[in-house]
Amino acid sequence: METLSNLGDGFLIALTWQNLALALLGCFLGTIMGALPGLGPSNGVAILIPLAFTLGLGATPSLILLTSVYYGAMYGGRISSILLNIPGDEPAMMTCLDGHPMAKKGLAGEALSLSGIASFVGAFFATWGLILLAPQLVKIALLFGPAEYFALFALAFMTLGGVSSTNQAKSAFAAALGLGLAMIGVDTQTGVPRFTFGEVHLYDGLDFLVAIVGLFALSEVFIFLENRHGGNADATKLKIGKLYPPMSMIKQCIPTMLRTSFLGFLAGVLPGAGASLGSFISYSMEKRLVDKDGTFGTGDPRGVAAPEAGNNAAAGGALVPMLALGVPGSGTTAVLLAVLLALNITPGPLLFTQNPDVVWGLIAALFIANFMLLAMNIPMVGLFTRVLMVPSRILMPIVAMVSFVGIYGISGSTFDLLVMIGFGVMGWGLRKLDVPLVPIILGTLLGNSMENNLRRAITIDNGNWWTLVDSPLALSLWAIAIIGFILPVVIGRTVKSRMHARKDEEGAISD
Amino acid sequence: MSDRIFGLFGVLLSIGFVLAALAIEESFLSDAVGPKAFPIIIAAILGLSSAVIALRPDPEPHWPAIGRLAEIAAAVVVMILYAEMLPVAGFVAATAFAAAYLAWRLGSSALESVLVGVGTSVGIYVIFHLALGLSLARGPWGF
Repeated sequence: METLSNLGDGFLIALTWQNLALALLGCFLGTIMGALPGLGPSNGVAILIPLAFTLGLGATPSLILLTSVYYGAMYGGRISSILLNIPGDEPAMMTCLDGHPMAKKGLAGEALSLSGIASFVGAFFATWGLILLAPQLVKIALLFGPAEYFALFALAFMTLGGVSSTNQAKSAFAAALGLGLAMIGVDTQTGVPRFTFGEVHLYDGLDFLVAIVGLFALSEVFIFLENRHGGNADATKLKIGKLYPPMSMIKQCIPTMLRTSFLGFLAGVLPGAGASLGSFISYSMEKRLVDKDGTFGTGDPRGVAAPEAGNNAAAGGALVPMLALGVPGSGTTAVLLAVLLALNITPGPLLFTQNPDVVWGLIAALFIANFMLLAMNIPMVGLFTRVLMVPSRILMPIVAMVSFVGIYGISGSTFDLLVMIGFGVMGWGLRKLDVPLVPIILGTLLGNSMENNLRRAITIDNGNWWTLVDSPLALSLWAIAIIGFILPVVIGRTVKSRMHARKDEEGAISD
Repeated sequence: MSDRIFGLFGVLLSIGFVLAALAIEESFLSDAVGPKAFPIIIAAILGLSSAVIALRPDPEPHWPAIGRLAEIAAAVVVMILYAEMLPVAGFVAATAFAAAYLAWRLGSSALESVLVGVGTSVGIYVIFHLALGLSLARGPWGF
């Protein structure tokens, strides 16, 4: 009951004109970003953070704007998957498999609206899952001391490479690089400068927003420059046709949507999975379960509904550990964590008691955004397909300039812009070498609090390092971390090769 | 080969990181762990993973031809110039130039590049400065 009254309070917060307008704007921009190949949820949100920040929006409105973008991008990714057979972002990869064949059969409109409904179902149940599960997780998290938090951070880093990671050494490299970058600046506990090399600009540490925008948005611009893909989509492919699917088709898909929503949510909550894996697992499970005639892959509506419900549910699920523990499990939630930190809000168990307005306002806004997205994505889907006509030779300069404006708007410093360019080049090189970028971001975000927890734990125990593995809770966290790190070494290659059956170099980096 | 060089670079980076960590001056007021320990742990992980990358390299990534690399380098130079010129030339002029350059290099025709450049810069100026009140760099002409 308490939950419901909290949710009611949340709706009171979310239902102001400003917040509704922000949710609408976020949904709209998010769908566009999801739809455009090359802009996915993580770089879409990354570009908008500095803007939300410089506009002086409060915590709840900024989060409403950015999570609407996040949900919207999850919806939008399917549009180009279905029409062009190019995933708009990574989680939409599996939607190509059946979505595009449906479009070829002349059922593009049906595929789009069916996947819109599936997205809605997935996101709707996942938001309920978030409401029910997050407070339970908070109860566990309240038992955590500094040693457990240290283990939890280690767990997040060790599993972040994901089950689909093929080279755990590169994931570990990325995490260590991010943590190392976080060390730059004045040490918070003793006040001595570290790794600043006498450069005054570095005493404050590197601004993680600069790192995020550089790594995610600018590196994308470089990838486009490298491939010189300036063209736009073939207009003849963008015909939609009849928009509403027959009831029988929807009915046929309902059990699929419900099952995959659950599965996707689970994949989202678990560390190291995220939306891409959510849609992959959903699709493969449905294929095993209901594909008796071998129609999956040839335009089966259930093959469209499964990955879409799965990835949207995973998007909701990924918010659970981010809000309840302060430890994100996927790329975009890591970026959302950056928003919270930039606004001086520390996510984690205390967030629910100290800033309940932020949490419940956000959750209510997610419900509202989800309905807005359903309305936008079915009747108005034609509008978004037009966006696909914007060639990237026009789009990418705009993306680059908006990134510069956002960062310059925060600090007004040329130094930050130069650092951002540096991160852009680094991001490009690392992507070429197949090094994941998300652990770097998470490292710069969490590095300092990870170190603080380590030092606090050991100081409390008078310098005894064994305190880190002293409690059953910490031990089990370490065990999960180690399993999560080793598992991909065993099965990573198979999972990845199946997920990336369709090679997509320009798709967004990650969810 | 790329991975071997990359791994070697990582190992050197970690050694540099350890040296820089050892050079941190400790203050007389310190906790039980001190400011050096955690960076050294990180450097160890960095070095170890780099060594693994160098010893067990992935298949060679697809590197672009030298011309494409020059393209990226040129874009980086333009962006650095942009960052440096922003306070001098003002937001609108600098942005118009940088956006036009990027549009041109991504394959727009001359006219289209100029239009994209001017459009992007004026558009951002109107939306973010005039409508939303974000402060952007002022040039000699006040915009």
